[in-house]
Amino acid sequence: MEPRDVARDLVARALRAGARAADAVVAESEGLAVGVRLGEVEKLKRARQRRAGLRVFVGDSTAIVSTADLTPEGLASLAGDACALARATAPDPHAGLPDAADLATTLPDLDLHDPAVERVEADDAIGWANAAERAALDAGPEVTNSEGAEFGSDAGAVAYASSLGFAGAYRGSHASLSVVPVATRNGSMQRDYWYTAHRKLGALDAPAAVGAEAARRTLRRLGARRPPTCECPVVFEPEIAASLLRHLAGAIAGGALYRKMSFLLDRLGEEIASPLVTVIDDPLRPAGPASRPFDGEGVAQRRQPIVERGVLRSYLLDSYSARRLGLRTTGHAARSVGDAPGAGPTNFYLEPGPHAPEAIIASVRSGLYVTELIGFGVNLLTGDYSRGAAGIWIENGELAYPVEEFTIAGKLRDMLRDVEMVGSDLVFRGSLACPTVKIARMTVAGT
Amino acid sequence: MPSESPERFFLERFQLSSGGLERVLGTAVARGADWADLYFEYRTAQTASLEEGVVKKATRNVSQGVGVRVLAGARSGYACSDEVTLDRLEIAARTARCIAEERTAAIALPAARVPAPAHDLYAVARPPIDAPVADQVALLARIDAAARAVDPRITNVLAGVGLEHRIVYVVTSGGIVVGDVRPLVHLSVTCIAERDGIRQQGTYGGGGRFPFETLADGRAERFAREAARQALVNLDAVDAPAGTMTVVLGPGWPGILLHEAIGHGLEGDFNRKRTSAFTDRIGTRVGSELCTVVDDGTIPSRRGSLNVDDEGTPTSRTVLIEKGVLRGYLQDRLNAGLMGMPLTGNGRRESFAHLPMPRMTNTFMLAGEEAPEDILRSVDKGLYAVSFGGGQVDITSGKFVFSASEAYLIEGGRVTRPVKGATLIGNGPDVLTRISRVGADLQLDEGVGTCGKDGQSVPVGVGLPTVRIDGLTVGGTQA
Repeated sequence: MEPRDVARDLVARALRAGARAADAVVAESEGLAVGVRLGEVEKLKRARQRRAGLRVFVGDSTAIVSTADLTPEGLASLAGDACALARATAPDPHAGLPDAADLATTLPDLDLHDPAVERVEADDAIGWANAAERAALDAGPEVTNSEGAEFGSDAGAVAYASSLGFAGAYRGSHASLSVVPVATRNGSMQRDYWYTAHRKLGALDAPAAVGAEAARRTLRRLGARRPPTCECPVVFEPEIAASLLRHLAGAIAGGALYRKMSFLLDRLGEEIASPLVTVIDDPLRPAGPASRPFDGEGVAQRRQPIVERGVLRSYLLDSYSARRLGLRTTGHAARSVGDAPGAGPTNFYLEPGPHAPEAIIASVRSGLYVTELIGFGVNLLTGDYSRGAAGIWIENGELAYPVEEFTIAGKLRDMLRDVEMVGSDLVFRGSLACPTVKIARMTVAGT
Repeated sequence: MPSESPERFFLERFQLSSGGLERVLGTAVARGADWADLYFEYRTAQTASLEEGVVKKATRNVSQGVGVRVLAGARSGYACSDEVTLDRLEIAARTARCIAEERTAAIALPAARVPAPAHDLYAVARPPIDAPVADQVALLARIDAAARAVDPRITNVLAGVGLEHRIVYVVTSGGIVVGDVRPLVHLSVTCIAERDGIRQQGTYGGGGRFPFETLADGRAERFAREAARQALVNLDAVDAPAGTMTVVLGPGWPGILLHEAIGHGLEGDFNRKRTSAFTDRIGTRVGSELCTVVDDGTIPSRRGSLNVDDEGTPTSRTVLIEKGVLRGYLQDRLNAGLMGMPLTGNGRRESFAHLPMPRMTNTFMLAGEEAPEDILRSVDKGLYAVSFGGGQVDITSGKFVFSASEAYLIEGGRVTRPVKGATLIGNGPDVLTRISRVGADLQLDEGVGTCGKDGQSVPVGVGLPTVRIDGLTVGGTQA
């Protein structure tokens, strides 16, 4: 049976088992992963998965069940199990499917699937991974070792059906290539990485370019010192700046808002960031990594400004959090097979500004250029921010020397307000994309 | 739920036979592989979650599948599928063995042995997954009441119970045939406290491989009160200091320090590849004489414990650091074989869809002799951190972080004001050399840890007595 038919069938079974409403998700995928290290194949993996999930509303009570057992017997028992589980939970007057008027009526072709990704042969994948690693190892004598290079691809389908009569499905593919070189100087080692990822095989960066960039990023970390404890301007390189968008998205997501666990509570329509900040969410971007013709509840998709010149224009809502807040869903239901929908961003990016990244660095007399963040020190309820970092110290407008073993700290509320320059260097790599960003002042804790 | 025999469970459920599995293994090693194994898994997971005083959501998920692995030298071939039939297994074996095609020299992998007297660390009369949903709902309601009773400023309580039942069955070309039935219980509580428009949260929880009923021994209410207390403490927290200072870690969960700073760097794969900051440092001093650190997968009922690892090797207790000197690595079969070192029972994987790799189980420092009060009294100015969120490490540079969620200033030997959460950062190979005092109060954590590595999550435990670290960087905002 096609995934969409399995989803429809599950919804029909749920209604027969006593549910007032129901929706179902079926996801299937096949993937290939190869790993090479120092020119030798280390790993070759093929995986095949197919899962079905069902959400039921019995009266106003909800339960979600899922299974990998898609035999007729497995599917037959799912609906009964779900309804029995729902009867054990408390009614919630806000529970339910979205308003039928919000559902997608046409499914745009977003160019999400590349058949070439499905046809990748292991030998080709090994060749690309080897070429990427080779380029990194050839970048200089200080590149002494490697954690390896990996090529991964998967392709599959997602289907969704609900008792509102909606039934839709789309196919998608992903391919990626990454390299992790290790460099040594004076007995001390550093590693960094680089990657390319796209829905289309032909759109990946050349393996040699990925390897060379990984080596460049690794080599520039050699000889790192510890910076002094101080307050200074902080420049986030694009890859790292994107993590700030993740925190913003988390703080304006429906679940955080109705639970009152966000530092951006009740700020809709207000200025929450510097006027330089405009953030767009675009689920319809052709071949975008997070693009989709409908959300996790079948709701129609559209490009939306989220922050416009610093003003918060929209939250990210699914239908439940929207009802809780007295608002309308914004089509941001994110759904995994085995859990209820939550709200989250799709292709979420900061609009580029006028400055070349070099000009942003040149504007800093003494400060930090951040190239890596580690740890989880972000509290979205209070906005307190404190993370481990590595990067390059800026002295008189130039990248002077690498730094490590320090933290950067501040409050997200202030960091958004203190965005002082936005780069022109926006590149769409992941679903969150950001150009170089300069924040006027943060606390660095080092020696 | 048939829990008595994983072998019978899988053979009956998927209509397989021992002879059929042997033929699949024969296919897998036909190209001259060193080793092949089959990993069957059937996992049922149930959750119930409470917010705003009621349980509004419950989930139940079943996953199943099999992975076929072939090892040849340093190469791993792997194929997995959630469709478990002999035909699928045969195809998977042919896919996985492609890895053995061009191999040159044979590597001696540790000889298979009949599993030593198998541990029986978490036998339960009734699997927790079979606990009636009504009982789970009732437990969550008691948690809500206990948390709200602490203080009227507790404005919301989020609580969740997670129950898991995992049956695994490993069949190897080396003759190991072993199954395991792994119960797992987890409870988490988050409280929101509000005063004058200021909101703060506190989080606490725990669990292990024990019956659901164990949660009702008073610990559920204790977790609720702890989460509420932490949220209230944080209402009064001032901005944390920034800079390098003396840090005292409280007992228990702050042992995440060891997990990040030491444990990952001692996993066999990074040391075989020579990409760990600890490479070639066995026998050298990496800590003060006060520090002895072990990884022990054999502690009954603990979240990080296993009877056998996910390659069928019985778990064990491995001394990582003895009186400050580096002693051992944590190994899976592939890396132990390539390094010529013994198996330690640390080959773990998230599920049948993942390759095993060296992972920690329960990692902790042995107790010292000092009273924790004396340790705090010895510090003139510093930070006392008692509860943490997550941590992370860069294996190669050795730099690690972990983030405090409850911490206080120490002033003149006394614990004074609470400070807001801050990330602590240090260097793995030297942080233990700065440990100048170790308390007698070793505690293992309550059973909340989940470790992520290379995209795979597995449950782990940590433990620590109160320790004093002379110089760790605290990432607050007050420079």
